[in-house]
Order: sequence, then structure tokens, then C-alpha cells
Amino acid sequence: MARPYIPSLDLIEPAARGETWAVARLISRAEAGTPEVREAIGEIYRRAGKAHVVGITGVPGSGKSTMVSKLVRKLLDAGERVAVVAIDPSSPYSGGSILGDRIRMSDLVLDPNVFIRSMATRGAVGGMAHAALDVVDILDLAGFDRIIIETVGVGQDEVEIAKASHTTVVVSAPGLGDEIQAIKAGILEIADLHVVSKCDRSDANRTLTDLKTMLKDGLGSALTRGWLPPVIGTSSYDDQGFEELISGFGKHLAHLDGPAGAARREQISVFRLKKAAEALMLERLRRHPAFEPEGRRVAARQTDPYAAASGIVKQFSMEKPHV
Amino acid sequence: MSTQIRVLLAKVGLDGHDRGVKVVARTLRDAGMDVVYSGLHRTPEEVVTAAVQEDVDILGVSLLSGVQMTVFPKIFALLKEHKVEDMIVVAGGVMPDEDVIELKRMGVAEVLLQDTPPQHIIDTLTGLVKARGDR
Ligand SMILES: Nc1nc2c(ncn2[C@@H]2O[C@H](COP(=O)(O)OP(=O)(O)OP(=O)(O)O)[C@@H](O)[C@H]2O)c(=O)[nH]1
Ligand SMILES: [Mg+2]
Repeated sequence: MARPYIPSLDLIEPAARGETWAVARLISRAEAGTPEVREAIGEIYRRAGKAHVVGITGVPGSGKSTMVSKLVRKLLDAGERVAVVAIDPSSPYSGGSILGDRIRMSDLVLDPNVFIRSMATRGAVGGMAHAALDVVDILDLAGFDRIIIETVGVGQDEVEIAKASHTTVVVSAPGLGDEIQAIKAGILEIADLHVVSKCDRSDANRTLTDLKTMLKDGLGSALTRGWLPPVIGTSSYDDQGFEELISGFGKHLAHLDGPAGAARREQISVFRLKKAAEALMLERLRRHPAFEPEGRRVAARQTDPYAAASGIVKQFSMEKPHV
Repeated sequence: MSTQIRVLLAKVGLDGHDRGVKVVARTLRDAGMDVVYSGLHRTPEEVVTAAVQEDVDILGVSLLSGVQMTVFPKIFALLKEHKVEDMIVVAGGVMPDEDVIELKRMGVAEVLLQDTPPQHIIDTLTGLVKARGDR
């Protein structure tokens, strides 16, 4: 049954009351990043800011989704309302995606205090991280206490999302090769908490030891930040380590309440501001009428791409925005 | 700008095969759609809750076990309860012609029987979303 288009601003109140359909629809609009949704996102941002945002990242197959499922169960038992945003990469060829993280979270689906949303990395204007943070604000407005973002720890977008969370968890797993995979992926540095998953496996001890040794080398920089990322072993199969993980969240939040937290929050805000500005600029720039005629001149080799681009940018930056 | 089509593919019922659904999932991904896959043995409640949270354009329910005449009325009732009567529901699987007619009468937008050519699936879904318009 078709129904009339509901303006994004009119979705705010039902979303704030926690009506799932409205929350879900606002998220789709934020993801698409159409100009129509911006005013609503602005209002939502001003009303949000209560939730604790946890980014969980790690290489494919490290056990993130299974862990999230267990973790969410514990948080629910403690009386929290929890939202999960599970982000998977889009196919670079078609732009489409298969989003399968939900399969591992199927136990949670019918709990009224859980909301699970899958997102693909592509499809967002101005980068994924920007859209993901808008989504976080919508979930925050809808009254979720804890918002967990799962991303695969490879690729710029995913790392940016993890960094823009309040608390970043980097998952390493035994059995995925000799090295600590997070080092190869360059994401070891972004961790506020380290998790070694699958600790029911006999080779997990080695991963734990390797990781701790590795971290000792970077001890200096951690200490200057005033926060030493703990290493927590978990097993989703044996239900181990989750109390420690949750108490790690509490400690990190307490740390964020101090001066370090103010710096972190400011850093996240500056990041968002830059992303929002980039999105606006790009959107206007891409519509610039000079591209086609200049493109023809480039094709005819009457000019080169750099000279033509610098001409367009110069012209663009002097024009008045009319959006 | 045109946004990406989002589809939830779900298997309802007891049968344990999902090879067919997975093939369809890849077909749709390769056509540029975002496909949420929710796994085997889902109940109508689970499927609808997931579809609402994911705000998909199309809810694709596949079943082989001959339970369609009980499953779909339930799905439509739940969609109404969740205030998303505008969701497009598509059925897939194996069923007799008279069931296809009955399902369409109930509000199933399209029934794609097993062995529907991939391009036909893509065209059908794209056409349905286009006909619905912006939301
Ligand atoms: N031994 C053991 N295996 C686990 C555990 N947790 C997950 N696994 C297995 O690890 C594999 C990957 O689990 P997922 O939870 O899907 O991992 P993921 O990191 O979310 O994977 P992607 O989303 O594909 O990046 C599955 O085969 C799980 O069964 C655990 O605690 N112990
Ligand atoms: Mg996963």
C-alpha cells in the first residue's frame, strides 16, 4: 500500500518516542544523505548526546558479531536498551552488498529493548563515517543507552568510524595467522580496549601473550594519554570475559569524564564538522556546470586535468552558495 | 539522487536449505542492491521485526515447506501492527498455481518461483520499488 511521503522533521517525535518504524526510516534518510533530512538531523543532534557509543572493530572472522550478540545480552540483562549498527563493506564492483552480521545476532531480534541495523560502507554521501554518526544520533534520540557499531577493521571509512566512537574495542583472534592481525591492518593504535576473542581455543594464550608484549613497546605513548588499554580475553562459546569487558567500558567512560574525555569529544566534533563541510562542498562542487565544457577541453588536450580543475575550484570558491 | 534498493531475504519454516537464497542474494548484490540476510528457520515475528528495523524496500520470504498460506497472513498482520503496511512483500520458492493466485490476493506483490531467471528477479524488484516511488 503506497502512502504519502512523511517529511523527515515529522519523523522526529515518533522516533523520540521509540517507534521503530520512524527510527528506521530516519536512518535510511540519513544514510542517503539527501538535503531534505539535514534540518531534522540538525535538530536530532541538538537533542542527542546521552548514549555511550562503542566501536568494535577487527579483521574479518575475528568473532565480532558473535561477541556483540553475547555482549548485548548481558547489557539487556542489566536493564539497558541497546542498539547495534553492523557495517559491512560494499562490493567495489557493483556497489551492492550482502549484510550478514544479523545471522549471528538472531537470538536478540525479538527483545523489545534491542534495535539492530545493517549498513553498507558505500552509498553514503560524504563518506560512511559521517552517515554512521548521524545514525548514532538518531538511535541516541530514540533512547538507546548503549550504541555498538561493528565494523571490519580494514579501510579508511571503517577506521574513522571506530575512532569517532567514545570507546574503541579492537578484536584480535587466535588462529588467523601468526601475526596479531590488528598490527598489519594498522588498527592497534586506535584501541581503548583490546579483546582477544575465542579464548576457548588452546592457541589463544599465545595471542594474548603476543599482544601484551607488543603493547609494552608502545607503553610510553599510552601513558601520556593517561589511559592504558587493557587486554581482555573473551570466549563467546564459553561465555567468558564479558563482565570484564563491561567493567572496562565503565572505567573508560570514567576516564572520558576527565580532561582526556573533553579532548576526545572535541576531536570527534571537529571530525564531524569537517565531514559535514566536505559533504556540502562536494555536493555543490559535483553539480558545477563547468565540468562538462572543461571536460571536453581536456579531452581535446586544449588543457590538462590539473589546470582545468584548479580553474573550476577557483571559480567555485568565489560563487555564492544557493543551497 | 537515487538511493540504493534494500532487500531483506529470509527463510521461514523448517527446511534446511539456503543455497537458493544465497544465490539470489549474490545476484541482487551484483545488481547493486544492499541485501540483508537473516539466516535460516526464522519465524514470521523475527522476519518482520528485522525488516522493520532494517527499513528494507522489499521483504523477500522464501519457503519450500508448503506453509505459505499460514505464514503470509501472519506477516501482513505483523506489518500492519508495526505500521509499515507500505513494505513490498515478495514470495519465493515452490508452490502450486492456485497458491500464487491466493498470495497475490492477500497482498504479496510478486511470487518468484524457483528457477526464475536472475535478470527477471532483478527487473521485477527494481520495477516494484520504482512503482512505489519515494518514501
Ligand atoms: N572457538 C570460537 N569460535 C568463535 C567464537 N566466536 C566466534 N567464533 C567463530 O568465528 C567465526 C566468525 O565469527 P563472526 O562472529 O561472524 O566474526 P566477525 O568478526 O563478525 O566476522 P565478519 O563480520 O565477517 O568480519 C564463526 O565461525 C564463529 O563461529 C568463540 O568465542 N570461540
Ligand atoms: Mg560480523
